[in-house]
Amino acid sequence: MREVDRRSKYDRRVFLKGAVATAPAVAIATSTGLGITDAWADEASTLAPATLKTLLKMARDIYPHDMLADSYYVTAIKPWDDKAAKDPAVKSLINDGVARLDQEANDSHKMPYVQVAWESDRVALLQRIEHSDFFQKIRGDLIVSLYNNKEVWPKFGYEGSSAEHGGYIKRGFADIDWLPKA
Amino acid sequence: MAKFDLNDSGVVVIVGSGAGGGTLGNELAQKGIKVVILEAGPRIENQDFINDEWESFGQLAWSDMRTTSGTWRVHKDFPNIPAWIVKAVGGSTVHWAGASLRFDEHEFKTKSAYGNMPGANLLDWPITLAEMEPYYAKAEDKMGVTRTNGIPGLPGNNNFKVLEAGAKKLGYKEVHTGRMAINSEPRDGRGSCQQIGFCFQGCKSGAKWSTLYTEIPKGEATGNLEVRPSSMVIKIEHDQSGKVTGVVYADATGAMQRQKARVVAVAGNSIESPRLLLNSASSMFPDGLANSSGQVGRNYMRHMTGSVYAVFEKSVHMYRGTTMAGIIRDEAKNDPKRGFVGGYEMETLSLGLPFMAAFLNPGAWGRSFTSAMDGYSRMAGMWLVGEDMPRETNRVTLDPTIKDKFGMPVASVHFDDHPNDVAMREHAYKQGAAVYEAVGATVTYPTPPYPSTHNMGTNRMSEKPRDGVVNKFGQTHDIKNLFVSDGSQFTSGAACNPTLTIVSLAIRQADTIAGAMQRKEI
Repeated sequence: MREVDRRSKYDRRVFLKGAVATAPAVAIATSTGLGITDAWADEASTLAPATLKTLLKMARDIYPHDMLADSYYVTAIKPWDDKAAKDPAVKSLINDGVARLDQEANDSHKMPYVQVAWESDRVALLQRIEHSDFFQKIRGDLIVSLYNNKEVWPKFGYEGSSAEHGGYIKRGFADIDWLPKA
Repeated sequence: MAKFDLNDSGVVVIVGSGAGGGTLGNELAQKGIKVVILEAGPRIENQDFINDEWESFGQLAWSDMRTTSGTWRVHKDFPNIPAWIVKAVGGSTVHWAGASLRFDEHEFKTKSAYGNMPGANLLDWPITLAEMEPYYAKAEDKMGVTRTNGIPGLPGNNNFKVLEAGAKKLGYKEVHTGRMAINSEPRDGRGSCQQIGFCFQGCKSGAKWSTLYTEIPKGEATGNLEVRPSSMVIKIEHDQSGKVTGVVYADATGAMQRQKARVVAVAGNSIESPRLLLNSASSMFPDGLANSSGQVGRNYMRHMTGSVYAVFEKSVHMYRGTTMAGIIRDEAKNDPKRGFVGGYEMETLSLGLPFMAAFLNPGAWGRSFTSAMDGYSRMAGMWLVGEDMPRETNRVTLDPTIKDKFGMPVASVHFDDHPNDVAMREHAYKQGAAVYEAVGATVTYPTPPYPSTHNMGTNRMSEKPRDGVVNKFGQTHDIKNLFVSDGSQFTSGAACNPTLTIVSLAIRQADTIAGAMQRKEI
């Protein structure tokens, strides 16, 4: 069978040599799939870096895919900074939501959400707020912002648009080779 | 191409250009009758279709405001998207999967076959399979349905091969790549299927039959058909004698126009068609046009649906190739011993990664959800589609408060599953999982119904005017020059996909309209 190449498209060394120093950290991190520093959160205009880092942790806990580097989740949640800049209601939805989540974490673990070590403990905290508007907005947005990212697709073995490649008629539409003989 | 005057009162106006409206328009044009098709959506040609689920949804889907109520899960997860249908020239034949099956004989007489079902509003169709057979044959030839007219079946893709292997292990007998209105070899000026895998996003190669690039250009070539895209019909008008005289529509600029007509045929799909009749209420017809029975909007059917996805140890890549070219028909029979009446089909189905995320289990999160998504490339999938019970209380009404940009009340869709639908779905989930477990599935996912793609029954056919909206030719009982030409005519929904029956009824209706016009009855 023709398997899908799940490696990231860009080679690290090529990236480091390239003249991409002016590109925003998120774009670089996403297009290369590299592990990233905290720079992306410091670039935010409206939301505090700590707030964005909480959203990142929350995104990973809502839709945990261990094969995906943080960069894909950053791409998914970073637009909240812009939305918060444009709409004060969004800004307070996020700031209040993160504050409540941290309050839940402090009540149970004496530390903020991002520092709670085990995913299962953090998920228990999320379950307490899962009916809130804040949680539902973040979760509902992630369904599109995480899974509709073309750079994520190969990681799941999905190939996306096919017509420009002539469809799959010569590219493995019927190449399954492990089924028992009918 | 023809261009008819707004004051030309000799034209037949058809509202909608999908399987019903597009087919009727061409059939009438071929007979020399002047036709104006008013299509609410834009004209998007197949080279402009997009192989991207969300982008394509934005390009094609009917996303105008609608509201919902009832116990169906769609109301909770997608409260303003009761149906996944198309707003563009070609209607939902742009995104349909191509499955083209005939009803069984008993499916035209469900009241007789199923008896008295509490909570269901069953009724026999005023037509029989024998009467429909010649029209089914014409439709299959027109659409180039595989496994008819000597047309070979489509080749099976990976998703089909998994389904077939499991079905055979389970002892199912009728398993094949379907009767599909998708060219398995070049035919009718269109090429053969390239296994692109984006049937739902509009077929870029044109191998799949759609009125957009078959019926409509053929009708236009006669000089008798004019299609006006981006023309949303607001109201049907009538004279003092009760005959319809034309329609008022908003054109592409939003300006109101009045097109006069000798005959009006409504083919806006089963949500918009009753909405238009209800929105056309007048002092003479205070409950809406053609609604003396009170049945306009009632008996809304959407099929018992659900999906089963299964994950295997090794890759499947179900998204490669024709989406729905695969079927198991053994459960389509009526066998009440299973605990429900009617039957269901099992048909291959796949979603791309973005729609899988949106529809696998809407609202779900956490590791059980992401574990399913991690298995995407090793996943096979099937759609379960079966007959649902018509219920008077499942209905399309006018929303009491919300209006569209033209000031007209939007459609509100209420739906509750009948206990028969629930029993059938449970059986289908179990059998679907068994098919995949027979060939080594490590986990199976019973996936809830999506927003409705099959919308039926809201202007149903009946022998007696008190039981339904239209007669056996789709002519309204109340107004002789007003017709209904889409799936809203269906008296019952049958197990199979509805398009072939809609097309067959439209071909038959064209004969009726042409004959009645010739005899000056309308």
